[in-house]
Amino acid sequence: MDWLTHPWPWYVAGPLIGLMVPMMLFIGNRSFGISNNLRHLCAITQPPTVDIDFFRYNWKEHTWSLVFVIGTGLGGYLAGVVFANPLPVELSQAAQEMLTSWGFTQPGHNLVPEELFHTSVHNFTFLFACGVLVGFGTRYAGGCTSGHAITGLSTLQLPSLYAVLGIFSGGLFASWFLVPWMLQ
Amino acid sequence: MTRYLPYLLVGVLFGFVLIKAETASWYRIQEMFHFQSFHMFGILISAIITGLISVQIVKRMNKQTALDGQAIDIPEKAPGRKSYIFGGLIFGFGWGLIGLCPGPIFALVGTGSLGAVVVLAGALHGTWLYGALKQHMPH
Repeated sequence: MDWLTHPWPWYVAGPLIGLMVPMMLFIGNRSFGISNNLRHLCAITQPPTVDIDFFRYNWKEHTWSLVFVIGTGLGGYLAGVVFANPLPVELSQAAQEMLTSWGFTQPGHNLVPEELFHTSVHNFTFLFACGVLVGFGTRYAGGCTSGHAITGLSTLQLPSLYAVLGIFSGGLFASWFLVPWMLQ
Repeated sequence: MTRYLPYLLVGVLFGFVLIKAETASWYRIQEMFHFQSFHMFGILISAIITGLISVQIVKRMNKQTALDGQAIDIPEKAPGRKSYIFGGLIFGFGWGLIGLCPGPIFALVGTGSLGAVVVLAGALHGTWLYGALKQHMPH
C-alpha cells in the first residue's frame, strides 16, 4: 500500500490531472477549472444590501462545480491526513541549498513551511494578502492554472497562452525578487 | 443528487493527486520558479499533452454526448489580451509568494491547514474586489 502514502511522480500525476479535461466533458459537457468557484462562493454570500452585477446570477446552475471542489477538499484530506506521506518532500539539492540560504531550517519537512503558515498575526496577514492577489488575478484573467494552463492550452486557445505567460512572469518575479526580499 | 456524484468522485481524485504530487507545497513552487527540478514542469507539461490528445480524440468521435445526454462542445474563451496578461501577472505574484493556486488551496484546506483557510478567505475577498472594480479595469 506504499503507493497510497508515498508521493506520486510527475508522470503519474500529470496525466491524471490532464484527464480531468475529457472526464468533465464526458460527465456533463463542463470545462475543467477551479477558480470560478471563488466567484460562486461570492455570489452565494453576497448580502442583499450589496448588489454587484458580477455576483448576481443563478449560482445554483453551477452546483456541479461546487461539488467538484468539495471533492477536491475531501481528496486533500484523504491524501494529506488519512494516507499522509511520512517522509519529507524530496526537493532537489539546489532547492534545498537555496531554501537553507533563505533561513529555512527544515526545507521540505512538511508540504508548507511552518515559518510562513503557523498561526500568527504576521503570517495570517501575509497569507490573506497573497490570497487577495490570487483571487483578484484569477478572476481578472478568467481562470487559473487549471482553467488556462491545462484546459485552455490543451484546447489550443490563444487567450489562455496570454494568461499563462502572465502567470509565469508574475510567479518568476515573485519567487526571484519578492520572496527573498520578504525573508530578509 | 446522484447526478452530482461523478463530479464529487472526480473532484476527490483531483484533490488526492494534487496533494500526492506535492503541488500544494510552497517548497515545490519555489523550486519550480527557480528551475531547480523538472517535477512541477513534468506535471504541467504531461497534463497539457494528455488533455490535448484526449480532446482531439473526443472531437473525432462519432457520438459526442455527455453522460447526461448533452452534446459535447468546448467553449471558446472570450477574445482579448489585456485582462489575460494583467490578471495572469497579478495571480502569478500571489502564486509565487504563497505557492498556492486555487486547486491546491482547496486541497490544502482539506488537509486541515488553518493557513490555507486564511489564503482561501483572502482569495474570496480578492474575487469580490475584482467584481466591485470590474468596470474600472482595462480588459
